[in-house]
Order: sequence, then C-alpha cells, then structure tokens
Amino acid sequence: MRSLGAKTECVTRPEQIATASALVLPGVGHFCAFVTGLRERNLTGALREAIAGGVPILGICLGLQAMFASSAEAPGEQGLDLIHENVQALPTNVKSPHIGWNQLRRLRESILLREIPDDAYFYFAHSYAAAASEPHTAAACDHGFPFAAVVEKDNLMAVQFHPEKSGEAGSHMLRNFLEWAQ
Amino acid sequence: MTLARRIIPCLDVDAGRVVKGVEFAGLRDMGDPEELAARYNGEGADELILLDITASRDGRATFLETVRRVAQQLNIPFTAGGGIRRLEDGNALLRAGADKVTVNTAAVARPELISELAAQFGSQAVVLSMDVKKMPAGWEVFVRGGAESSGRDAPAWAREGVARGAGEILLTSIDRDGTCSGFDCGLTAAIAEQVSVPVIASGGAKTFDDFLAVFGEGQADAALAASIFHTAEHSIGALKTYLAGRGVPVRLNR
Repeated sequence: MRSLGAKTECVTRPEQIATASALVLPGVGHFCAFVTGLRERNLTGALREAIAGGVPILGICLGLQAMFASSAEAPGEQGLDLIHENVQALPTNVKSPHIGWNQLRRLRESILLREIPDDAYFYFAHSYAAAASEPHTAAACDHGFPFAAVVEKDNLMAVQFHPEKSGEAGSHMLRNFLEWAQ
Repeated sequence: MTLARRIIPCLDVDAGRVVKGVEFAGLRDMGDPEELAARYNGEGADELILLDITASRDGRATFLETVRRVAQQLNIPFTAGGGIRRLEDGNALLRAGADKVTVNTAAVARPELISELAAQFGSQAVVLSMDVKKMPAGWEVFVRGGAESSGRDAPAWAREGVARGAGEILLTSIDRDGTCSGFDCGLTAAIAEQVSVPVIASGGAKTFDDFLAVFGEGQADAALAASIFHTAEHSIGALKTYLAGRGVPVRLNR
C-alpha cells in the first residue's frame, strides 16, 4: 500500500480505526485466533461501527473469511457477520490447501478488477472458502466448488487471494481499491 | 480456469551469496540473492524459495537479513528455510517477510515441529522439505543436507507430514540434484499419489521437456530449479511459453 502511495498505519487500538479513511483487514492464520485477536484488542466494535458508517474496507484472505458469520475452521466462533453466511472447508476431492495461481470468473461488474484482463492470475493460499453467492460475489474461483474470490457489497470489499503476492495484477487491484476509497 | 502449474526458482544461500552444489557437495558462487530475486520476479517466476544451506553450522543473522532484503524485491510469494528447529525460528523468517517456511532435518527428528508451525501460522505457511534417495528397500528420506539416512520411508513420511499439517511438500531427488538428468518423475508421482497437498518437484532439471514430463507423468503441482535459471541458460518466460504451447496451464500474463 505504501509503495502505491498510501499513508498507512498498523492498528493496535480502537481509536485508530475511527480516524482511518480506509481500512485493510489482512489475514493469515487461524479463524479463531483472528476473531479472538480482534476481540481481545477491543477492535471488533470499532470495526463494525466504521463499516456501518461507510468507511471503505478491504479484507484479504482470512480477512475476507472474518467478514462472514462463522467458519468451519472454528465452529462456535463468531465472525464479524457483515455477510450472514458461513465459510466452509474445501471439499476433499481437490488438493487442499488451494495453493497457487488461479483465474477468476467474473459474475458482474467489479470495482476491484477494473481494467484487469479477464484471464489474469491471482495467488491463493487457503483451505477454507465461502460459497460464491449472487448478492455479494463479484467474481468466483473454482476449486472443488465455486467460491467467493472477490466480494463487493457497498463499502465492503474482500478478496480470497493475496493481491500483495499476485504480481502486476495484484498491484493493479490494490490501486483500484485505493482510487475507489479516495 | 485452472490452477496454474508453478515454476519456482530456488536460491541456495551461503553467507549472503547464492551458491549451487552438485549432488549436495561442492559449492559454486552464483550471484547476489537480491539481484537474482528481482530478475526472477520480473521474468514471471510464480514463487521463490530461499534456503539457508549453512544453517546447521552457522549463525542465522546473515540469512535473516538476506530474507528481509529479498522480500523487498518481490510481489510474488516466497518460502524461506534451512535450519528451522523451533517455532521461533519460523516466526523470525515470517516476520522478516517470508510467506512460508520449510522444514526438513529438524522435522524428521521431532515431527511435532510441523504441527506446532501449522497450528501457529496455518498449513498454507508450512512446507515439508524431503531429500530422498533411492535405496534397495525403496525411497528413503535423508537429512543434514542429504548426508545422513533417516531410515524413514519417503511415502510414509510424506503422509505423516501432511497429517501433521504440512500444506505443501518440497520433494528433492538427491540422485538427480545438480546432475541435469531430468526430474525423477517416478518418485514425484509416487509421493503425489500419497498426499492431498501440492507437491513441488526438485532436482535434476535441465531441459524444457524435463518440466513437461514432471507436470505430466510426475503429477507435480510445481517444479523447482536453480542452476538452469541462475546461469540464464533458460529464461522463465521462455519455459512457460513452451509449456503453455503444450497444454500445461501456466501463468503467462504478469
């Protein structure tokens, strides 16, 4: 983000969320550690408030999954529930984790994918995913089942892949987010 | 829409320089890690692996610094490893900018290391590296840079590693490494059939057809090479164009 000209700050306290003009929720690790980490730092409430107030937010990988109600990775743990659906484990008939470069299937006009070629590849590394679903999914990816690769719902944006590791296409997507968030 | 087969250059690092050995012995200087990383990133490498090949004997500060500098050059994923014995070693590499860590000798000695790393960082961040040699009784896992037999059967160890949470297997054929006689497709397929995670084939790459064979017959998800890329004998772009022309799904656009 910094290399694309954004001024960034790592959030550790809820007050910082209130003053942000855009938020990024990156994530690597376990769903349970992630949502309890947010809770223990008192960030959950501030995050919900900012999102309800229209602040643009970009979730990445586990950051996307945390926006859902729950995940099969941590049954009983509550997600941010901004999208009232659940994250599932990838089916056992495909290699899991889904690791590597894959392409997307556009379901509708997308802000994040603006001017990025349809056949561009993005880097994925995950074992869980949310099913692609009409209202929120702008682009799907298929690995065992069609899952939400790009979510766009009002000010809420999220991607299952890692744009920061997806070469030129990924940088382009991050630029699209920054431009739209301005 | 298919998951692309990956081409992964590997940098073996010794005291801040990229080196290359032949059959795990005898080292040659191949250049500066940052320069090579930037070149591969630009040429369309899908990923990079950085191995500290002196880790068992030397200090780690130099390698961490190399990882930090290489991370700055990349917008593709990269794995670092060599000499990881504890959770903290893995944590240090990830904090320095690596996306995944790879474990080898220490995981054979104490398999719980794989579980600990996976629980902390997720399976997608844990690569089990196996150096394998063909023995009369079958494929056997070697440790300490290929110098010592572990007595473990390679397919069984692969299955155990995955059960413990390894998200990928980096499979090196000691017999082929540095020999330029092609990947060991038999070994690669034998392991790929045993596990549900991606397998990265390594050791012996020389020609474009070697890559074609390991993605076909070898059932590899990714292929790793070092010398042929370092010496600029082959460009990654040309290799990928060749593979794409023969029906292998690869990422061509950048």
